[in-house]
Amino acid sequence: MATRRRVAREFKAPPFTRADVEAVSARYDEPDWLRQLRLEAWATYEGTPMPTTKDEPWRRTDYRHINWDSAGTLLAPNGGQLDDIPAASRQPLLGEEQGGMLAFVDDVVVHHEVSEALTGQGVIFTDLRTAAVEHPDLVRDHFMTHAITPETGKFAALNAALWTHGTFLYVPRGKTVELPAHSIFYTTQPGVSLGHMLVVLEEGAQIDYLHESLSPTLDVDGSFIGATELIVKDGANLRFVSLQDWGHHMFEFSHQRARVGNDAQLDWITGQMGSKFVKAFLEIDLDGQGSWGRMSAVYFPDGKQFMDLDTQQNHNAPHTTSDLLFKGVLKDESRSVWQGMIKALPGAQKTDGFQANRNMLMGNKTRADSIPGLEIEADDVRCTHASATGQIEEEMIYYLMTRGLPRDEAVKLAVDGFFVPVLDRIPFENVRDRMLAYVERKLLGHD
Amino acid sequence: MGAALEIRNLHVSVEDQPILRGVNLTVQQGEVHALMGPNGSGKSTLANTIMGHPAYAITAGQLIFDGEDLLELETDERARLGLFMAFQYPVAIPGVTVANFLRNAINARMKSQDPESKGIGIPAFRKLMLDKMDLLQMDKSFGGRYLNDGFSGGEKKRAEILQMAVMEPQIAIMDETDSGLDIDALRVVSEGVNTLSGPELGVLVITHYQRILNYIKPQYVHIMLDGQIAESGGPELAVHLEEHGYDWLREKQNGNGK
Ligand SMILES: Nc1ncnc2c1ncn2[C@@H]1O[C@H](COP(=O)(O)OP(=O)(O)OP(=O)(O)O)[C@@H](O)[C@H]1O
Ligand SMILES: [Mg+2]
Repeated sequence: MATRRRVAREFKAPPFTRADVEAVSARYDEPDWLRQLRLEAWATYEGTPMPTTKDEPWRRTDYRHINWDSAGTLLAPNGGQLDDIPAASRQPLLGEEQGGMLAFVDDVVVHHEVSEALTGQGVIFTDLRTAAVEHPDLVRDHFMTHAITPETGKFAALNAALWTHGTFLYVPRGKTVELPAHSIFYTTQPGVSLGHMLVVLEEGAQIDYLHESLSPTLDVDGSFIGATELIVKDGANLRFVSLQDWGHHMFEFSHQRARVGNDAQLDWITGQMGSKFVKAFLEIDLDGQGSWGRMSAVYFPDGKQFMDLDTQQNHNAPHTTSDLLFKGVLKDESRSVWQGMIKALPGAQKTDGFQANRNMLMGNKTRADSIPGLEIEADDVRCTHASATGQIEEEMIYYLMTRGLPRDEAVKLAVDGFFVPVLDRIPFENVRDRMLAYVERKLLGHD
Repeated sequence: MGAALEIRNLHVSVEDQPILRGVNLTVQQGEVHALMGPNGSGKSTLANTIMGHPAYAITAGQLIFDGEDLLELETDERARLGLFMAFQYPVAIPGVTVANFLRNAINARMKSQDPESKGIGIPAFRKLMLDKMDLLQMDKSFGGRYLNDGFSGGEKKRAEILQMAVMEPQIAIMDETDSGLDIDALRVVSEGVNTLSGPELGVLVITHYQRILNYIKPQYVHIMLDGQIAESGGPELAVHLEEHGYDWLREKQNGNGK
């Protein structure tokens, strides 16, 4: 047999060095402890291999086509302004009001406002570097200690070593914050952006928080390597909405994890619209008795977009409840993967875990993988899952058309209706409307 | 004279299986026709073919509405010309409220008549919807429910007639709207239809039972058998069927054939 020459494509690591870590740390004159953390994380990073399609969580998710020459270059701030961010994203969340807004363009803070209502309650909402200097104890206690650690994975270690910007939201014990917080990561250049979000709600605290990540589409690869940590202590209540609308040149690798204490509640909704490629780990740990966590997603890839949402609902204590609803519509030649695991530790009796994944396919070149999983070590639990994937229902479209709706409007109505049960969980009306506008844009697009 | 729906020598197949075998029928605006016939004889096939369901292939014949060749038109275009069908089995549209759906349907029609149209305003729409809901004695909360999603059989049928009332068609086909309605609901819905009818509305009532015809009084009754209109007559034909079933007609046909 003739030997065939194969171009060996490797799972290449981005071209960073320890010198990059030192440079990022020096750029902002960081405190020593933070610099030390970065260097330790760098050692972990170097000791961790790049994930490959032989690793279970990456089996369906191949990123070998990324061009790290462009997607691995740190951004150089070039004078971006708040005005660069699309106006729709800058709108206040409730009528004219929001509690605070923190916006970054190319990793640099371009806007920071916090209403007196929030500062008066002792709420801290600022960029993570400033927080590390002004509130070192709070940051040290929670930053990469509870939710994500450098050992979580290769990209978590990279984020820990090299994060370029971040947000810190802190709500003190017992404070119920009425006005929502809002942050934006926006990039204008190709290259890599490493964002970190740390949210801490002390006992009995309560707030709504919206984060959005977005960029225009550029013609060379870019990347976002992110970490999100949500720490919801006993009796606290967090509603967290995150929207992703990167340009179609972006690769996102992110770890997002919440820890939920006794009788605490987390309602987490994500909308995934943009990017070229996403691998996001989304995890809820129900650590405290009586805690409740809900994770909801809408995703709508088109063109050749690829999205892998990898979820985990960890029941670590008795009497915990988790609920997951992920709904996707796929168009053109796009692909999605949802793999979700419900775990219950041996002591986690009387837990109730549910997960549902539904995909609506538009056309036969799309593909949606739906992989539910249970790992139950307790015996008195109720854990169930449901998943369904199918082509958009022609009988539904026909019915709508018999009422005079042209086909494209009938499809839009059916798709909107499919997403509505998730969108209804978003507490901000104008964000719901924007999501529907995204959907319309996607449906009208012809890529 | 108003618009007419003309069905001429219509032959229809599903997956190469002939179902309709030469149907002829004309419904004028202002007329009420009843179409009866045993299960599987092709009544719903006829209704769906008129609306342009993609599963039904027309192998011969013509469908004309108001002088226009329906075969050239998509389902939505036929609807906007003034044709309506109340489904025998309405389809659930989860996540889309009755109100949202109706407003979209009205706007689609307004936009096709005038591309510049901004659609119906919210207050005008609310009033229209509530008026029609009153007519059909429907609870106001109905507008906020997802269309046909979890509706009872009777609620679905009522929602079909609500749509008909809002869309104000010229010709409406009601495919077994009476089945699934309780006795009171049948009266309410029929009276609703009667309020809508007049010289502007032609109706084709598909039914198995004489009862609805006591309310919605047809001038013509047709009986479909094996994909053809086997008999046409006046209201007395429905009464006769109620008493005698279809056997006499089958026998008559066979007798003719031999
Ligand atoms: N979409 C379809 N696919 C396959 N067969 C079909 C389809 N639609 C109709 N048929 C067949 O065509 C024949 C006529 O069906 P149709 O639904 O028109 O009858 P009908 O007169 O409305 O009956 P009923 O009184 O029970 O509602 C039946 O044999 C039916 O199985
Ligand atoms: Mg039928």
